[in-house]
Amino acid sequence: MTGTGPKKPTGEQVSRTSVSGTIMDEPTMDRTLTRIAHEILEKHKGIEKLALVGIRSRGVPLARRLGGKIQSIEGTGIPVGILDINLYRDDLTAISEHPVLRKTEIPFKVDGMKIVLVDDVLFTGRTIRAALDALIDLGRPRLIQLCVLIDRGHRELPIRADYVGKNVPTALDQQVKVSLKESDGRDAVEIVPAGGRDAAS
Amino acid sequence: MTRSKSSRRGAEMQLHSRHLLGIEGLTPEEINLILDTADSFAEISQREIKKVPTLRGQTVINLFFEPSTRTRTSFEIAEKRLSADSLNFSAGTSSVVKGETLLDTARNLEAMNPDFIVMRHAMPGAPHFLSRVCRSSIVNAGDGAHEHPTQALLDAYTIRQKKGRIAGLKVVIVGDILHSRVVRSNLFLLAKLGADVTVVGPATLMPPGIERLGARVSYDLDAAVEGADVVMMLRIQLERQGKGYFPSVREYFSLFGLTEQRVKRAASDVIIMHPGPINRGVEIASSVADGPYSVILNQVTNGIAVRMAVLYLLAGGGASEEAA
Repeated sequence: MTGTGPKKPTGEQVSRTSVSGTIMDEPTMDRTLTRIAHEILEKHKGIEKLALVGIRSRGVPLARRLGGKIQSIEGTGIPVGILDINLYRDDLTAISEHPVLRKTEIPFKVDGMKIVLVDDVLFTGRTIRAALDALIDLGRPRLIQLCVLIDRGHRELPIRADYVGKNVPTALDQQVKVSLKESDGRDAVEIVPAGGRDAAS
Repeated sequence: MTRSKSSRRGAEMQLHSRHLLGIEGLTPEEINLILDTADSFAEISQREIKKVPTLRGQTVINLFFEPSTRTRTSFEIAEKRLSADSLNFSAGTSSVVKGETLLDTARNLEAMNPDFIVMRHAMPGAPHFLSRVCRSSIVNAGDGAHEHPTQALLDAYTIRQKKGRIAGLKVVIVGDILHSRVVRSNLFLLAKLGADVTVVGPATLMPPGIERLGARVSYDLDAAVEGADVVMMLRIQLERQGKGYFPSVREYFSLFGLTEQRVKRAASDVIIMHPGPINRGVEIASSVADGPYSVILNQVTNGIAVRMAVLYLLAGGGASEEAA
């Protein structure tokens, strides 16, 4: 920009620091998960003591898909658990309506395991803080790593992901909408402006 | 947190009141919400570290004007597993014996800013009264012969756990129907969820008009128990025997006691329930109470998860100040 006009219409600043529209379609998501599955296996040199834990709600199908990919690469499956972090949220006293609680299902002893937490979008980091507390209440894992499909920035806690599908710079008021076949009938990641129809993430 | 997954399913996914005073004021959706939520809490009691930080910093007063071991202990464990600070207040050791009125007791407790008051009282409506004069959430842990909502909820949870459903089941409730708050709460709940309920007991212990709560009345246990999916026994308070409700414990047992012969008449996968404490050889034979169909101890275990669910939902919902 050479700055000929005194003032650009709104939207200019937003588009400089962020993108909008569909940022991931079905084939891209599949390739991304395949790549992450390989990264996890490379990092851990195999599947020994390795487990995936999906954070409700959209981390769960993602963890299952990663588990499926690891199974097809290695020929052996690894345990996949489900974590509901609502009891560990830091805003329970501030919100007027407590979230609907669903089950935590970890079908293995976490002690000594290498656990990869899986979630769809990494944003403030508060969900991950809650997930870490929830997981540690179940035992003492050997280590915990974090895998997210989208890292949209704006962290409020010192948390980072070990495996990232795509880094997406966003404006605070935008929303990252992840749709998955299992829950939404299709695979896509879209960025919608503030006030979009789904408040998730 | 920035995620607002909570609003996803809208207003029907919360309780409309911040008090739990009885089953009568709950909708079937609210009952199912409590039972579903209890499902998530059951797992916590299986962990090595049986605690979640959810109600950290919240204070619960367990205000028991009547003796109770099971219910008070169950509430206390539920509160502790949610990280609430709980304290017990029982009538025998309190200023109630010095003549303090319920209103003054309530005002004094209120001045200490508790978030919840769990209350048992001999007078029906005492918790309703408290809910009008206190800012805290009130949970009815039994008011006279009126209601005992968490007992009915844990009974329903146990039935659902064992049978997979409640609607359409044949449920028989046997014993002292007249004095039982457990029966009233259970009748409200089972009617709302569509079970087919028969109450059985001696005519002296059968309140007139009980069929208006949606139950059939029978005085013949052998006939009533035929094909039953659930048999719920009630405790016969032995201290009532002197008041002429029934001639002798022996006669009561022969007419209304649950024996192995009677269990054989029920469905082959019947479950036997009892809110406790049981009187062996009065309302239930020892061999039945300890037998393969008995879920009496499951009820005790489930009580904790159900009470955790109730506290969690009350802490997080209920914009309305109206009593349930």
